[in-house]
Amino acid sequence: MSKRALALALPLLLAALWYGATSSGLVKTYQLASPADVGRELAALAASGLLWTNLGASIERVALGFGCALACALVAGTLVGLSPRIEAALDPTLQAIRAVPSLAWVPLLLLWLGIGEDAKIVLIAIGAFFPIYVNLFAGIRGVDRKLVEVAEVLGIRGFALARRVVLPAALPSLLVGARIGLTQAWLFLVAAELLASTRGLGFMLTEGQQISRTDEILTAILLLALCGKLSESAMRAIERRALRWTDGLPA
Amino acid sequence: MSTAIRLRGLTKRYITRSVFEELDLTVEAGETVAVLGASGCGKSTLLRCVGGLVRPDAGRVEVAGEIGFVFQEPRLMPWLTVERNVAFAARDDRERARVGEIVRLVGLADAAKLLPKELSGGMAQRAALARSLVRSPKVLLLDEPLSALDALLRLDLQAALARIVRETGTTAVLVTHDVDEALYLADRAIVLAGTPARVLLELPVPAEARRSRRADVARERIDLLVALGVDAAAPTVAAEPPDAAVEAITPR
Repeated sequence: MSKRALALALPLLLAALWYGATSSGLVKTYQLASPADVGRELAALAASGLLWTNLGASIERVALGFGCALACALVAGTLVGLSPRIEAALDPTLQAIRAVPSLAWVPLLLLWLGIGEDAKIVLIAIGAFFPIYVNLFAGIRGVDRKLVEVAEVLGIRGFALARRVVLPAALPSLLVGARIGLTQAWLFLVAAELLASTRGLGFMLTEGQQISRTDEILTAILLLALCGKLSESAMRAIERRALRWTDGLPA
Repeated sequence: MSTAIRLRGLTKRYITRSVFEELDLTVEAGETVAVLGASGCGKSTLLRCVGGLVRPDAGRVEVAGEIGFVFQEPRLMPWLTVERNVAFAARDDRERARVGEIVRLVGLADAAKLLPKELSGGMAQRAALARSLVRSPKVLLLDEPLSALDALLRLDLQAALARIVRETGTTAVLVTHDVDEALYLADRAIVLAGTPARVLLELPVPAEARRSRRADVARERIDLLVALGVDAAAPTVAAEPPDAAVEAITPR
């Protein structure tokens, strides 16, 4: 059996169990909607345009939050990784902030930024920032001294050294961090949207709960799974393309 | 003849020991000097002082012009192709324009687009040599550049190195532990020994011994081996390949 077929086996089995459980009446539909209900809900959402509204809102928030996190982590990780002085000044604080469970920021963010888009994006950014920062930092510290020496002999220092040697050498770690960060971004998206929102996949979850519509909840969960899987695959594809030069086993 | 490298009173100490004290050395322009000595005798540290990678505790290092440095390992940037690795050392368009020519000079024209992971050890070291040549250095510092290669490949690269040094007219300092390599490539051989290291023997290599593999007839070979602490007359040692013999000796 091919790998692809193997990967599909378990989801198909679960879908079959799901179908069996709901169609036989073993589970009531107000507890668990049937696959057919979910399909109808999906079609209805698509027809009304609500599917794209919710999906689009969530994707936009993840993209913005993750983008901010990536930009900040690139700057902070590079500075802290390259300069022991900046590390001494910045890293302990960042580690302390990292130790705070990210959801603990929610009340403060709501007070500061209100329940609009900003608070959600900042929360997602906080969640995605740390994996990227920590991995990039470790990657920079792990850069082969011998390659840095080559640049030193050639008089390449400072920014040029970072751009031409340190960052390319740390790219594998950066990309691993970015992949984890993107997963975190989806996690924090749901947290942010569950708390206060009028659209988005997280909103579908709360709405479904409030009006007892398991088909809507399951639709949202399926869409989240799909988005998470697609973004993960996209990151892996980027890694494969960008890291063709590495000599290790494929990730 | 003008002077390419002048070291005066060079001193380098580490916390537990002194590598060398008040060391003097002069290398004339166009000359190739081999620095021999047992492992840990300070020959690499000396070269790194000249290259500016190690700061001496005292003394002066004067080098006339640009330096090219070749390490024991190729140290290529793994994400760059051979061509781009060579271009890594280029500072301007003029030097970038020379990359193709230099890649040909070291015999890698067909491998220009390959990544380091696709190269053999010899090819990688050729690429590293090419990178050190991009800036047309006046002085080439070679830190055991061939010692990680197998014997046949080493002979091959020694010939390539001799040709390149001759064609470019570069001054070269070659750190090595291989007596035959020193005799083949150098105009002058220096043996460092002791703690702190001092110049135990300084030996001009006569033209007939240079660039020839007929080291068996060279009186100089025996002189160098004796200076390195190998009893060249003793049959037990003489039976060993010279390389292994040099590795086996202790400096103190």
